[in-house]
Amino acid sequence: MSAPTLAVFKLASCDGCQLTLLDCEDELLGLASQVEIAHFLEASSAVRPGPYDVALVEGSVTTPADAERVRRIRAESRSLVAIGACATAGGIQALRNFADVEEFRRTVYARPDYIDTLATSTPVSAHVTVDFELRGCPVDRGQLLEVLTAYLAGRKPDIPNHSVCFACKRRGTVCVTVAHGTPCLGPVTHAGCGAICPAYGRGCYGCFGPSGTANLHALIPLLRRDGLDRRAVERLLRTFNAPAFEEELRP
Amino acid sequence: MGAITQATAVLDRQGLAALVAALVAGGRTVVGPTVRDGAVVLAELTSAEDLPFGWGVELDAGRYRLTPREDGAAFAHSAGPQSWKAFLHPQREQLWSARRGPDGVPTFTETQPESRTYAFLGVRPCDLRAIAIQDRVLAGRPPRALDSARAGATPFPDRGYRQRRRGALLIAAECTEPGATCFCVSASGGPAADGGFDLALTEVVDDDGHRFFVRVGSEEGARLLDGVPHRSADLTTESVARGAVDAAREHMGRSLPPLDLRALMGESLAADRWDGIASRCLTCANCTMVCPTCFCTTTEEVTDLTGDHTERWQHWDSCFDLDFSLLHGGPVRASTRSRYRQWLTHKLSTWHDQFGSGGCVGCGRCITWCPAGIDITEEVAALAAERDAAADDQHTAHDDGSAHHDRGPQP
Ligand code: SF4
Ligand code: SF4
Ligand code: SF4
Repeated sequence: MSAPTLAVFKLASCDGCQLTLLDCEDELLGLASQVEIAHFLEASSAVRPGPYDVALVEGSVTTPADAERVRRIRAESRSLVAIGACATAGGIQALRNFADVEEFRRTVYARPDYIDTLATSTPVSAHVTVDFELRGCPVDRGQLLEVLTAYLAGRKPDIPNHSVCFACKRRGTVCVTVAHGTPCLGPVTHAGCGAICPAYGRGCYGCFGPSGTANLHALIPLLRRDGLDRRAVERLLRTFNAPAFEEELRP
Repeated sequence: MGAITQATAVLDRQGLAALVAALVAGGRTVVGPTVRDGAVVLAELTSAEDLPFGWGVELDAGRYRLTPREDGAAFAHSAGPQSWKAFLHPQREQLWSARRGPDGVPTFTETQPESRTYAFLGVRPCDLRAIAIQDRVLAGRPPRALDSARAGATPFPDRGYRQRRRGALLIAAECTEPGATCFCVSASGGPAADGGFDLALTEVVDDDGHRFFVRVGSEEGARLLDGVPHRSADLTTESVARGAVDAAREHMGRSLPPLDLRALMGESLAADRWDGIASRCLTCANCTMVCPTCFCTTTEEVTDLTGDHTERWQHWDSCFDLDFSLLHGGPVRASTRSRYRQWLTHKLSTWHDQFGSGGCVGCGRCITWCPAGIDITEEVAALAAERDAAADDQHTAHDDGSAHHDRGPQP
């Protein structure tokens, strides 16, 4: 049996999630011995054509060309894993979803007619069926390896759906909200980062998007209690996962 | 741990320092309260200097603040963000590993539990009771009132817990200033250490100086005390200490209503109040993580890329996690209402059936460390009020001959 093939693709994104894969220094050689890396432009310009066993897709869909490309990727991949906030929620560039893209085009670009863009930035799952969504901005190294290991072993990845608070407490961090009055998105944010920010005395920014049971309606009054005004709450929720948090607020 | 003796003594600050030094010199990992990141946390102490001398706390639902104290007291704070379970029942522990041999046959290796010999300094009376509860749950020690064949003796003791617990020396600190979220008196306890300790300290700071009234609870405690400078207890210190602990009973920050809580939980399964709680609850699990008796764990298998090596790890879990009740087809307790209800009814009601005691010692941690400030005592009172109101309604309805309305499942 030949080694399964792995392909890594990028849509609208910053490359940070792919870099997380390169950052798996110690495990990268092990990975290369278990899979054939058939398409990974960040690492090598040598590419092999599909089909692929596992495709990791970074980035959101923001152009008609990418909408078409993600359909092609899907067609030639046995399993498609969306990685990162862009691919799973539209990313920071989804802020356009709350604004007028035409206006941006006219104001920002000298030749607006050169710009071919969609009015919204959407996750991969809005276009094709996705086998697994791994969240984070960027994704966590350990979680990425877990997903790949699980696919190689033919089992479901063990990626918990609960909030950052679980990880924060396990880590033994003193809660910044309770002990310092610092606003924190931890109670509604998907775990995965290991609760880094509270460990450094800051509130969670929500990089991993909403947790499995995010009760934003209960958290917002607490953010207000801890000193954020309406605009500040909106800004906090509208970063890397704006449309996903917005969705949680819909009645 | 032997029987409680009547022996008493008094230690001054130097004596306390010598006590910690003796424990460290004896090869124990000494864990106790110390100030870190704006809270009194539990951490390894290298000397008595690490204790939070001169710090108190101001507590409320969802709020914790350190406050400086003039008197320099070391144990004038109440339960902090962690409990001793962080050491006896750590959040993550490897159980075993396996490696596939060249012939394809795996070899399993049991992982030896991390076995430090602990000394816990400054264990609050509520936490002594919480440790006794976890002993029954995790170490298989039967509750005194029940015979071991019945509820309470777990058939599957946790090896690591048992090993760490056996070696641990407990030095209690009785409470003279309960925090605003404390309610041990109404949770069948109180601010006095009533057993399960090697030494119990009561801190006294007044014109006669800063000192600790000591009660000896075991032979090991007696030996330890013998090895450090101390004097015999004078009547003044003893009466001041005992008086302050007695007075503390009257100054509880909160209380559970004096009701049969098992009956209340059983009769409240269909209460509307659960929906009210669910609208505020974040399902963040902070309450279960800080609770000194919550013990639930799950296991995770960690495989490597080759698939030839695997490890099984146990880690803390929480009934607030959707996956906690995940069966084929979905979670059994999908709503927040059902998850909070599971937590509270287990703590106050079904815990008795399983382990021969209640599961709440009244430490108040779940009130303080809930970011939303959900207060177990307030919720229990509200459930009682709802039940009583419904009973009144029913009574009235009965009086005028109309049928009583259906309140859903009753046990
Ligand atoms: S600091 Fe934030 S993530 Fe940590 S327990 Fe508090 S609210 Fe949760
Ligand atoms: S009661 Fe509070 S701490 Fe517990 S899960 Fe709900 S919001 Fe979190
Ligand atoms: S339920 Fe709350 S008050 Fe009771 S023991 Fe647990 S944390 Fe303490």
